Amino acid sequence: MRDARSVSGLRRVFGDLLLAGVVVAVMAVAPSVYSNQLLLFNFVMFLTLSQGLNVIYGFTGYLPFGYVGFFGAGAYGFALAVMHLHAPPLAAMAVGAAAALVLAVILTPLFRLSGAYFAIANLAAAQAVYEIVSNPALEDITKGPYGVSLSGVFAPETSYAVSVAILAGTLLLVVWLRNSRFGLSLRAIKEDPISAAMAGVAVVRGRTIAWLCSALIAGLVGGAFAWQISVFYPETAFSAQFSIFAVVFTLFGGAATLTGPLLGVFILYGIYNTIGITVPQYFQLIYGTLIVALVLFLPNGLVSLLTKRGIRVP
Amino acid sequence: MLIGAIISGLMFGLYFTLVGLGLNLVFGVMRIVNLAHGDFLMLGSFAAYWLFTLFGLHPLLAAVAVLVVFVAVGLPIYYGVVPRLLVARDSEMLSIILFFGLSQVIEALAAIAFGTSERSIPGRVLGSGPVSFLGQRLPSAWVFGAAVSAVAVACVYLYLYRTRLGTLTRAVMVSREEALATGIDVHRVSAIAFGIGIALAGIAGVFAPFMLGSVTPAMGADINVAAFAVIVVGTLGNPLGTVIGGIVYGIGLMLMQTYLSSWANLLPNLLLIAVLLFRPEGLFGRAVRRA
Repeated sequence: MRDARSVSGLRRVFGDLLLAGVVVAVMAVAPSVYSNQLLLFNFVMFLTLSQGLNVIYGFTGYLPFGYVGFFGAGAYGFALAVMHLHAPPLAAMAVGAAAALVLAVILTPLFRLSGAYFAIANLAAAQAVYEIVSNPALEDITKGPYGVSLSGVFAPETSYAVSVAILAGTLLLVVWLRNSRFGLSLRAIKEDPISAAMAGVAVVRGRTIAWLCSALIAGLVGGAFAWQISVFYPETAFSAQFSIFAVVFTLFGGAATLTGPLLGVFILYGIYNTIGITVPQYFQLIYGTLIVALVLFLPNGLVSLLTKRGIRVP
Repeated sequence: MLIGAIISGLMFGLYFTLVGLGLNLVFGVMRIVNLAHGDFLMLGSFAAYWLFTLFGLHPLLAAVAVLVVFVAVGLPIYYGVVPRLLVARDSEMLSIILFFGLSQVIEALAAIAFGTSERSIPGRVLGSGPVSFLGQRLPSAWVFGAAVSAVAVACVYLYLYRTRLGTLTRAVMVSREEALATGIDVHRVSAIAFGIGIALAGIAGVFAPFMLGSVTPAMGADINVAAFAVIVVGTLGNPLGTVIGGIVYGIGLMLMQTYLSSWANLLPNLLLIAVLLFRPEGLFGRAVRRA
């Protein structure tokens, strides 16, 4: 019995790792096949951001509506380190990641709020960070609303490679959460925090770790974004679009799985890039309708079509 | 300067009460978060703009038209989505996501139909010249907007406390289950409350071009944060607490714009976070903590 279970357990881990490995390999070799590297970077960015959001939303049930706050903190942390400290890009990325972590620590008290209030307070927090960064009064430090230019460190190939590495790390984290005792304890907290606490699960510690991991991922992606595009404005780095897309992609595919957010990005962001660029309103209309339909008819995403029939999806 | 800021703050406070009131009514009755509230407000603004531009209709008449149409539109929206939501396990959370989707649909349709340029209605439509009040000269459009808001808030009060349907509404607010058990048609009461809620947003929208400046299809998101700040400060689920929230917010905003103008945009966000964290029951609420 025990052996059988561990064999099937190993098989599951192997399936998850195989999927993660295929995605990372495809994104790693893609630039040599397809020339629009910025588009590929956007795919990698949203793949990582959706999985980062999945870490906190899928496994703990807390929906960070202001997820872009960490992304923007990462991008501006990177930019400030390059502008003021003349830091090399990798060190600047560490600064960006640290900025996102600091923001996450400051926002940890939001976990005292339950679901809907957490989401709204998080949204307000992201906007507050944007208002501070873009404030003309801080022009000497952040360049205020006029945006930053980091052409000195512009290196699209290297930053793309780094972003694929971040994607690999994020996918590994999700695989671990899906197959480890810690991930199981997070899902227990999501289902019923009181029972979980009574069963000896460290509720606050579990949530906080997931929260910091999720923020760290967004901060790293933000740093890679700043490095990749090198010229940006606060309204680009703090665009609500990042949070919205990450939420929609994750919901569409199915949270708390590895496949769901990946499917969401490949399908929806693929559609977005074929029809969305010219008339963004039409895409907004489509994903708005999709959200309404998903909540009403398929609240657990595309993968639930399979999982409901007892088929395990990585 | 201080007195000027406080008086205009009171005016704006009444207006922001109207902005938040519908959201709070919907939350109080249904325990769902209407994240499309700001977008219904935006639709009210565009209704006022087009009625004025095409037919020269006075905003006051536009407000009456918006009231009728929005209540009529609110009922089918309620029956289409809310009963399904309320049976779900985590209806509050799902409602946020669903109404967020609805807000995107409304914003996209408005942008496709009206374009994304800024629209405004000249302030002289609501009376010419400034009004003198306690030695302060205030734009008459502000006074008009504040007066209409006060009347609308008073009407909601009369509805809730002086009519039979209002009594039933308050019963549902206290306990949905017990109201159901007493034989109240909970869905009918809730549907009407939902219609009134978005109609209040629409009426606030009619006066938005005068109080908030020009309007665009994308204005809803900012309005939402302001409306949330107002109702969270003035106790969630308690429509009349909204008056206090609105006035705190209005005076705070005017003081910030007078003394710290470059940071004024931070106010709604910081107020919202601070109140949620330190006094989730609202500044003057005594209810148990729901957040």
